Amino acid sequence: MENKTVVSAEDGTQEILITRVFDLPLELLFKAYEEPGLFEEWMNAKVLKMDNKDHGSYAFETWHNGKVVFRANGTFHEFVPQKRITRTFEMEDTPFPVQLEFLEFEELTNQTSKLTMQIVFRSVEFRNRLLQMPFAHGLNMAHDRLQEKVNRLK
Amino acid sequence: MLVATKAMTAGAIASNFATARPTVSKHIQILIECELLTQEQIGREIYYHASASKMKEVADYIEQFRQMWDDRFNRLETVMKKYNRK
Repeated sequence: MENKTVVSAEDGTQEILITRVFDLPLELLFKAYEEPGLFEEWMNAKVLKMDNKDHGSYAFETWHNGKVVFRANGTFHEFVPQKRITRTFEMEDTPFPVQLEFLEFEELTNQTSKLTMQIVFRSVEFRNRLLQMPFAHGLNMAHDRLQEKVNRLK
Repeated sequence: MLVATKAMTAGAIASNFATARPTVSKHIQILIECELLTQEQIGREIYYHASASKMKEVADYIEQFRQMWDDRFNRLETVMKKYNRK
């Protein structure tokens, strides 16, 4: 099956392009970004602020086992319902500088829609570090599991 | 992905592209510097091999990142389908 989510990150550039075709009408896709309750559900997050308008701001945090693992915030530069969100995104308490995100929402048919997300980073290096994050996380998990097994053998 | 199947000389690689030979050589050099390609001298010819483990490493971290977003968007799709049925 063809991948529904496509990521492209050309060598030496400061951006990542993510595209995804949804089996959802455009209106529902946009609602997932607009309604705090729905956003919380699919992002596994708690919305602290979501002021959906040009120059409004947002903040959310994610939880795991009763602890905050991640907090992020940003400002909407442009909030055009069912069309576009241009926003900044910053992960709190991390070395990553703020990034700029362009989200374009498109209707494909009356039952399908497409999201194109362009993320622009401060440098190529930060782009690459972010790309490696889930990979590093996976490696750490594998390493922890290995460590656990080794500990049990002791 | 020409060299993925067999080791090839620079000339053989270049003959597959419309690009000028020096451009191909430059690309080969970059791939060697990134350790994506390794070279081996056999007689008078230098053969190039793809370094599979390194290629997999690069592809792996982009794939993990893609997977993370795919999972997230799959959840979005499920949540919104459920919402729509209400």
